[in-house]
Amino acid sequence: MRTDLVVIGAGPAGLAASLAAATRGVRVVLVDAAPAAGGQFYRQPAPGLGARRPGALHHQWRTWTRLREGLDRHIATGRITHLPDHHVWSVEKASGCLTVHALSGPEQEQPVTVRAAAVLLATGGYERVLPFPGWTLPGVLTAGGAQAMLKGTLVVPGRRAVVAGTGPLLLPVAAGLAAAGVAVAALVESAGPGGFARHAGALAAQPGKAVEAALYAARLLRHGVRILPRHTVVAAHGDDRVEEVTVAALDSGGRPRPGTARRIPCDTLAVGHGMLPHTDLADALGCRIDGVVGVAVDDEQRADVPGVWAAGETTGIGGAALALAEGHIAGRSIAARLSGAAPDPQEWERAAQSRAALRRFFSVLDRLCTPPVHWTEQVTDDTVVCRCEEVRAGTVREAVEQLGAGDLRTVKLLTRAGMGWCQGRMCAPGIAGITGCPQTASRSPFARPVPLGVLAREPQNDPRSPVESPAEENVRQYNVTHHRGGDRP
Amino acid sequence: MVGAACALYAARAGLDVALVDRGPVAGGTTGAGEGNLLVSDKGPGPELELALLSSRLWDELAGELGRAIEYEPKGGVVVAPTPEGLTALKDLAAGQRAAGVEAVDVPADRLPDLEPHLVPGLTGGVLYPQDSQVMPALAAARLVRASRARLLTGRAVTGVLRTRQGAVRGVRTDQGDLHAPAVVNAAGTWGGDVAALAGVTLPVLPRRGFVLVTEPLPPLVRHKVYAADYVADVASDSAALQTSPVVEGTAAGPVLIGASRERVGFDRSFSLPVARALAAGATRLFPYLGRVRAMRTYLGFRPYMPDHLPAVGPDPRVPGLYHACGHEGAGIGLSTGTGHLIAQLLCGGEPELDLAPFRPDRFEQEAA
Amino acid sequence: MNPLELTRARPEPAFTVTFDGREVEALPGWTVAAALWAAGITSWRTTRRDGRPRGIFCGIGVCFDCLVTVNDRPNQRACLVPVRPGDVIRTQEGTGHAD
Repeated sequence: MRTDLVVIGAGPAGLAASLAAATRGVRVVLVDAAPAAGGQFYRQPAPGLGARRPGALHHQWRTWTRLREGLDRHIATGRITHLPDHHVWSVEKASGCLTVHALSGPEQEQPVTVRAAAVLLATGGYERVLPFPGWTLPGVLTAGGAQAMLKGTLVVPGRRAVVAGTGPLLLPVAAGLAAAGVAVAALVESAGPGGFARHAGALAAQPGKAVEAALYAARLLRHGVRILPRHTVVAAHGDDRVEEVTVAALDSGGRPRPGTARRIPCDTLAVGHGMLPHTDLADALGCRIDGVVGVAVDDEQRADVPGVWAAGETTGIGGAALALAEGHIAGRSIAARLSGAAPDPQEWERAAQSRAALRRFFSVLDRLCTPPVHWTEQVTDDTVVCRCEEVRAGTVREAVEQLGAGDLRTVKLLTRAGMGWCQGRMCAPGIAGITGCPQTASRSPFARPVPLGVLAREPQNDPRSPVESPAEENVRQYNVTHHRGGDRP
Repeated sequence: MVGAACALYAARAGLDVALVDRGPVAGGTTGAGEGNLLVSDKGPGPELELALLSSRLWDELAGELGRAIEYEPKGGVVVAPTPEGLTALKDLAAGQRAAGVEAVDVPADRLPDLEPHLVPGLTGGVLYPQDSQVMPALAAARLVRASRARLLTGRAVTGVLRTRQGAVRGVRTDQGDLHAPAVVNAAGTWGGDVAALAGVTLPVLPRRGFVLVTEPLPPLVRHKVYAADYVADVASDSAALQTSPVVEGTAAGPVLIGASRERVGFDRSFSLPVARALAAGATRLFPYLGRVRAMRTYLGFRPYMPDHLPAVGPDPRVPGLYHACGHEGAGIGLSTGTGHLIAQLLCGGEPELDLAPFRPDRFEQEAA
Repeated sequence: MNPLELTRARPEPAFTVTFDGREVEALPGWTVAAALWAAGITSWRTTRRDGRPRGIFCGIGVCFDCLVTVNDRPNQRACLVPVRPGDVIRTQEGTGHAD
């Protein structure tokens, strides 16, 4: 026995797709890295914390409740199997069957394999942070990271925070931290109000979003948070952790305006410059990736590899509401296609309209929320740009200016920038900016590191269960294989 | 890498050199290699002589560039899991010693002194102190820079210019012509294409190889370590997947795990079965690695020629055309010797080695 | 107002773990990072080259900056690994592996 559909990621897109497919009779295995469903947007406090009012850190709580109840119902009937704490490292396609390889257990060392006719990639996104002097100091973290820790574990990073960067995430993060008792010294946003005014029409097409932003702004006001539009963080300072940040106003050309720099004491700097999609699994499957936008999909959310669908941030950044619409469409498409029928797009017309409107809205937002045009000028040569391998901006610049590197791969080969644990996911945008090389989607054949011992074991094919773990006896002992080969490295 | 070495030695011999590549520096097989400078995997013969010459030249270069190219004269250890394998290995080593290779027999109980984390139960091995390693992309880039040759990257050669008498007078590129009385074809796996532009055949075929890269580790694997089956047999023309474990640390921390060989054209898709086979081989040699995590894989296409020897030297069919390609998996190691010999030829001198076994037109003669 | 009050949390009983030998209190459901943050600790790793301190950065398992040694297993992501009673958490130096 094998399942019909594996959904990878239990955020809004994955949940909407799972429910839409399961309702139409599809057997779904929902694989997710988190201990509980919800993804980043609906991340819940751990049950052990006994939060009786978890909605205090969320909005769109009613939508979440509906998703949660739907999931529970389908789990009870056995239509959906939810595998939390499962980290997918590869999806393999062989002879028409898709095999999902995951790691489970606290140390992520137990291999688990699920086979299916269809896979939905709903792997979400992660935050883009551009480098600046001091960004490797403890206490400097991503805005989304501060929010994730707060939502999931109800802890805060410090007592006094600056929230900075650009993009729609900064408002809710600042509001959440302030509500949780952190003194938010400033919200520093590089975009200015002018751009928003120029695109008022396009933005007003999503009145819900405007209301959302206004609510957050009002909450910040209530907590006395200073909002500094057209400002940027120039540097973070401290010895072994952040103690102060330098903030400056931006001139019309996007450079810090001389004489406006000031230092703000803080123990936390939550910073982000927008989001990037997780595309590793799609890439290893051979799906077409659209630049840095995300996995390329058609109107039914199908990737260009048969049997593979994608929805949510992994196909392009657009927030939870867009992810829900895309997931819903994907789930319905999968249900129809698995039964051998072509789906009728009329059935999801409302979701498709909502998808189109939200994509327009976010493409405008994406143009408005940009880092300062000349941000790379603030990155001094001794600033570490690759956090994992501790490669400095000067080394990267030297590779381009002295050694003839003209693309990110060659920069990586010559400097090790992007070769570390995160495989360039954190540093690629920064290095692309500093070198002027075009950024391509992050590609790594493994979506996360996998123990060699796990890799060495072929998964056992147990016909009774869709979920497989290798048996110990399958571990091969050393034996000599005599290859008749011109065996060269 | 071979092109970089040719540029370096030619420029140091006083020639004016332009280095043309359609991609970036180290964009082909060089950037996908492990950077092996090996004598251990070559039996007595012309390739071993080229390797010994190259090894001496690498040692010289290390004096000026060693740190910048992560040169590590760490030595290779070949281990034999079975008594038969050990006998074959010792025979090979004896032959290599006669040809000038340093090769030290290591009894089983001394292996842990060399590699404390090796699996117990091996029957013995041989230590090859001359085996070394560089970081190949850095080596290529630094050699180019040291050569002061004009570097023209992102520029594709689209034709070989000839005089009315048929002699080479330069190359045509997508960004204009470059005139020179001599052209060196160091296009690696794509060397056959460049030869074709000059109207001659050179049978270079791609042989795909994957490398697995682990998380950064302290120096737990001190040498290049591989099993004797890796060298036990020489000539295979099989297209099927072959893997044998080759494990080595790097200056930067990660352990590199090879080696796979497949003839699948220029297919760049990731292969989980190959990654599994590499992991299985490495964990059998070093059980410790079982809990170490693989972070990524990369792949490259070795320039493979039917008799496993490179094409080095002038092409008698086209005066002024020289070939320096087809080194299979040994191109990094053999690049210095190749560059040195090509420079000697370009300056009209007598090459230090007999180049007859590397004649570029040798396959045509066989066919005739 | 702290986050526990904000969400009217009634956590299950706390337990103890150690960080570099010092006792740290933790709540069920916390990650290793949450327990360390709650104790005012913001870094638990030093880098391979420069020996610089690091802690949480991305908070969602992508950046691997928060690597830590838990019960002698190096390179665990503190932002993902659940903290369990009696855990022995140590600052991770360099690769986290003994030579």
